[in-house]
Amino acid sequence: MMYKLAMSVYKEFLLLKRDLGGVIILFVMPLVLIIAVTLIQDATFKKVTDAKIPILLVNNDNGKVAQSVYDNLQKSDAFSVVTKIDDQSITEKQANELVLKGKYQLAIVIPANLSNDLQTKIDQNVNKIINSFTETDAVKKEIPKIISQKEVKLYFDPAVQMSFKNAVMSSVDKMISQIETQSIYATFQDQMGESVASFEQKSFITFKEIIPRKDNIEIIPNSAQHNVPAWTLFAIFFIVIPLSINIVKEKNQGTFVRLRTNPVSYTTVLAGKTIMYLIICMLQFYMMIAVAVFIFPKIGLPSLNIDGNLFLMSIVALFSGFAAIGFGILIGTIAKTQEQSAPFGATATIVLAAIGGVWVPVFVMSKTMQIIAKLSPMNWGLNGFYDVLLRNATFIDILPKISLLAAFFIITTTIAILYDKKKRTV
Amino acid sequence: MQPIIQITQLSKKYKDADSFSLNDFTLTINDGEIFGLLGPNGAGKTTLISLLCGLIKPTSGSFTINNLRYADNASQIKKIIGVVPQEYALYPTLTAKENLLYFGSMYGLKGTILKQKVTESLELLGLLKFADKRVETFSGGMKRRVNLIAGILHNPKVLFLDEPTVGVDVQSKNVIIDYLKKLNQNGTSIIYTSHHLTEAQDFCTNIAIIDRGKLFAQGTPQKLIETTPKANNLEDVFISLTGKELRDDV
Repeated sequence: MMYKLAMSVYKEFLLLKRDLGGVIILFVMPLVLIIAVTLIQDATFKKVTDAKIPILLVNNDNGKVAQSVYDNLQKSDAFSVVTKIDDQSITEKQANELVLKGKYQLAIVIPANLSNDLQTKIDQNVNKIINSFTETDAVKKEIPKIISQKEVKLYFDPAVQMSFKNAVMSSVDKMISQIETQSIYATFQDQMGESVASFEQKSFITFKEIIPRKDNIEIIPNSAQHNVPAWTLFAIFFIVIPLSINIVKEKNQGTFVRLRTNPVSYTTVLAGKTIMYLIICMLQFYMMIAVAVFIFPKIGLPSLNIDGNLFLMSIVALFSGFAAIGFGILIGTIAKTQEQSAPFGATATIVLAAIGGVWVPVFVMSKTMQIIAKLSPMNWGLNGFYDVLLRNATFIDILPKISLLAAFFIITTTIAILYDKKKRTV
Repeated sequence: MQPIIQITQLSKKYKDADSFSLNDFTLTINDGEIFGLLGPNGAGKTTLISLLCGLIKPTSGSFTINNLRYADNASQIKKIIGVVPQEYALYPTLTAKENLLYFGSMYGLKGTILKQKVTESLELLGLLKFADKRVETFSGGMKRRVNLIAGILHNPKVLFLDEPTVGVDVQSKNVIIDYLKKLNQNGTSIIYTSHHLTEAQDFCTNIAIIDRGKLFAQGTPQKLIETTPKANNLEDVFISLTGKELRDDV
């Protein structure tokens, strides 16, 4: 049994060795993937980025509110503000057209008289409050001028993502609230005269991020810490495609038929494939880790910090590899042709990655999708990696996740073996 | 002679099929024979071989190989049978030697014995100088010979051959047939299917003609020719028993 298993592993090794192009793709493409994705996503983790998004600001106000919005946007790391095109101030109509065409992703339109009307409204409210302390019934009440509500309009390129829209809307909202608050404080101060000490206009409540610590060292997440585990897992699961093709080929070229007449079990044949492809998964994993640790800093990306975590990361990678291989074996056993197994394997891997949280974090998904996400082996693997890298987890902490991955392998392989058995009772 | 295979009322009906591919089939094959299973397309030859090799399960009936009931002794039987399927059941990107070392090892052969057996067989079938060449570069005749060796490395007691000479040149065919005769002389019983009736007439010691899943006739080639009116050769016997109409089916 052990000898037959060893020979099966060796045969798989020879088959892979003879397909040099396939082996190069297996190892090079995941590396290209993590470098490309990390380079793209790195900008979102950086505080200062070279790539500012140009946005249009239509200033119909020409007052201090518009100036304040302009100053705040200019100060931000994310945007460069465009107020004129061909030396002409931009109109709302022009801005709308440019954004709709996708030339700009965002236009902010400040309405006319916003600064004056805001000040008038604040004056009215402040007067009302101050008068309530001082006036008597005998004093004749002045009827205030009616100020209608003002709208700052935001035009978005229809192609921009909802997360970008939400982030911009939230920033603009915060900016305008701050301007309003500052104006209220200033008006109070003016009304109450010099006898009153000046108001402290700094925010009373501030934020402080408490960063997890390990051995008294802060674990600061960076783009590598987030991207490398996610895309490593994605690459590991892509083993589904060559493995399922390998099984379909064996069926089509008749070697499986021969093996079924030999005194060797289907389980031994599959075990040979499992061991060889698991070795590939682990080599892929270590190569990607090596690239993230040693190559990333050389191309301006943050290095992956694996201090003391490599062993537990290897365990998560190993069990993720098992899960991927189980899935590949199942697809290969059920599929009749490579035309069935390859596209299905690729699509299924992408779907598992999507619902597993590789692209979009699970916590931003809908309730239903969050439940579905928990059924994806990529979600178990991803959480296992994050637990180890970012949450300072121990072996006991990752045990439930790796148990699920192991169970997935056992279940998929068992179904494949039973399916194969059933097929023979045609 | 002792029976090596005893088939008793064996039937096979595939799922969704309208009729039985093998129907209440009973046959005895003796030890040491070269037994030809002949029949037109769809007669049930491949179904019978697939059942005897354990590739598919019967709908009813039973059979024994070397006095072992297949249903209860599958793993033991697999050790004493060799199978040479009609298709080239080989890894195209592996060399002839690598293919044979792998398939030999699946029969439990190992080390020097396995290497020696592979070298001897390759030499006997004229392939030794191509041992380290990939099978995908071989001609049809060369692939057939490697395909044959992969089924006989463990000196099987019973060898099943499904059209072992289809698509090969005369030279390769002669080498294969001569090799099979030697194998038979050394004690291997051979069960063989073919559409080459002249080849079967010369090669087989006993023949069964089957059609529509049933046994039509059985005997030595000479006896079958003698007992069939106006028959001069096996082809006449075959046509007389199975008719002239085409057997196209999908």
